[in-house]
Amino acid sequence: MSTAVVPGAADLLGQLVMALATGRVRVVDLTQTLSPDFPQIALPPEMGQCLPFRIEEISKYDDRGPGWYWNNFSCGEHTGTHFDAPIHWISGRDLPHNSVDTIPASNFVAQACVIDCSAQVAGNPDYLLTVDDILAFEAAHGRIPKGAWLLMRTDWSKRTDPEAYQNFDEAGQHTPGPSAEAVRFLIEERQVLGFGTEAIGTDAGQGIHLRPPYPCHYLMHGAGKYGLQCLTNLDLLPPVGAVVVAAPLKIENGSGSPLRVLALVPG
Amino acid sequence: MTMPLMRPPRKNPVLRTRQMNLPPWARSRIALGITAAAAEGRFVLQACEECGAVQYPPREACHRCVSSRLRWQPQSGEGELIADTTLHHSNDLFFRERLPWRLGLVKLDAGPTIMVHMHGDVGPAPSRVRIGARLDRAGQAVLIGFPHDEMPHMADDRMLREMTCDPKFRKILVTDGKTPVGHAIVKALVAAGADLVWVGHAEPWKKFPGIEAITALPQVSMVPLDLTNGRSVTELAGELGAKVDIVINNAEVHRTFGIGARRGTDVARDEMEINYFGALRLAQEFGPVLKGRSADGVTSAAAYVNLLSIYALSNFPPHGTYSASKAAQHSLAQCLRAELRPAGVRVINVFPGPIDDDWNQNMPPPKVTPAAIANAIVKALRDGVEDVYPGDVAQEWLERWRDDPKVLERELAAGGSA
Repeated sequence: MSTAVVPGAADLLGQLVMALATGRVRVVDLTQTLSPDFPQIALPPEMGQCLPFRIEEISKYDDRGPGWYWNNFSCGEHTGTHFDAPIHWISGRDLPHNSVDTIPASNFVAQACVIDCSAQVAGNPDYLLTVDDILAFEAAHGRIPKGAWLLMRTDWSKRTDPEAYQNFDEAGQHTPGPSAEAVRFLIEERQVLGFGTEAIGTDAGQGIHLRPPYPCHYLMHGAGKYGLQCLTNLDLLPPVGAVVVAAPLKIENGSGSPLRVLALVPG
Repeated sequence: MTMPLMRPPRKNPVLRTRQMNLPPWARSRIALGITAAAAEGRFVLQACEECGAVQYPPREACHRCVSSRLRWQPQSGEGELIADTTLHHSNDLFFRERLPWRLGLVKLDAGPTIMVHMHGDVGPAPSRVRIGARLDRAGQAVLIGFPHDEMPHMADDRMLREMTCDPKFRKILVTDGKTPVGHAIVKALVAAGADLVWVGHAEPWKKFPGIEAITALPQVSMVPLDLTNGRSVTELAGELGAKVDIVINNAEVHRTFGIGARRGTDVARDEMEINYFGALRLAQEFGPVLKGRSADGVTSAAAYVNLLSIYALSNFPPHGTYSASKAAQHSLAQCLRAELRPAGVRVINVFPGPIDDDWNQNMPPPKVTPAAIANAIVKALRDGVEDVYPGDVAQEWLERWRDDPKVLERELAAGGSA
């Protein structure tokens, strides 16, 4: 493929820079702060676990290093606001370009459609996004373009208390996500780039009980699609028209990565 | 009869907090044999294998027949108080700050006549007494004359309370309130008269049964504490460290793998992250504040308890990485003991055998119950011992380890308790 700049592209970028400088295009941060207090996904204890974010000082202008402050941190690939690559799931393990280091960089910048499910989720933490929700969104805002992120706004990120955010009871976690039918529709009928959510996973907290279990992971990654989770500030995005910049760390053969997710929105 | 200890009044905040001046701690290498036994709650003296003489103080040879064939023999401590006195003056700083102090001269039925600290319930000489060995605030063995028969409120004796770490009216941090052992420890401490119990609550979104029973206790406050998170430990120590009199670190990760049974190091790392590094983070933050308050009256900072495992002594291969983490924690606890000793804060190591919990589901009985571990901890605090081995398995392994660690290693490699 030619990498030649099409006529006018330089002007476009110049206009974008100008628009950013003047506020006609704004940058919205969709990222949760990486903090030891932010919860991590919890699997049954006999299974391997994703590390939470942890940070330890190397020195802070002290005897360990008089003029400088820095830290070591540790976490898993799926800690905090993070990106899921297709290789994360067994269904996507043999696909080409399925790890964070081999995904084409052009896929890290894409438009986003934001379906607002906050009203439904307020009354039902187990709410599952339906095909009807998607069709109703399209009736109001137009067809979801191919290659767009589908972001499910739930306002779940406003649950700043980790206990409320995780929302466990004896039956496990109760957080919203997509239904299996909605996932299939987004893949097969709309060819989305991936699915993003505010809760700890792209699948609902009770997603293991759906058919197939964890449909968003199993089907999306099986189709070479991506995931974004632990997003915030989705309420600041327009239903259509935002451009999301979501570039994971270039981890060799990585299944995902914490990342800074930014959205460009009309001012 | 000892007057029961009353709840001490609140501390006057304009007064300087007194610092610890340890009682005399010099002992000969041989005399440390009494300390080693007292650290486990036993009273031993040297007995001659040639002539049978029992002697005190400890020596290189028998004082009667000069034989070097001496062994440590458990003592009943029965004897006669032949004289007693009360000191009103001492040039030693420890005793000077704690006068008056009663001493007695006791003729043991076993032979020796020895000078002992006197419990207040012992009547004037002559009277029957029972000698026991205790660790003093320097961590060295001292001998104490107790009344021959149990009396009410004996633990509240002013002299004895200087030797022990009784939880009564003390404020205690228990690092993990999520496990059955944690629940049992909290309940036992409250029953033992603890003033307040702060209970660590990591990952509060994880719901485990049984926690309601402890949160309902008026003495209990749940506090955020995650030993994998240095900031969490630092913040808690900053918030309430200066009020904590006893730290009980029961937080642990226990998985049941050797080297070959589980690929990778993530599980072993989780174990080390809590059992070793978590213990290190906790000790770094709470050690200094305990040291600063170790002479702060009858509810001074007193003890730091580590829940280890009998596997710390010798690796149990089916739980091999856990054993290794507990061995590391044990080694660290020895370092902590050395660092807290100048302040007179006792480090108590608890080495249970297999606990009757989820992670030992597949271990055959006998297993030690959470309540038995809790009771052992409270008893250790009251008795002021350093090392406790709760449960039949722990006792048996300890005996075999002392007998020959190499033999035990072979037996454990062959599949456990033979």
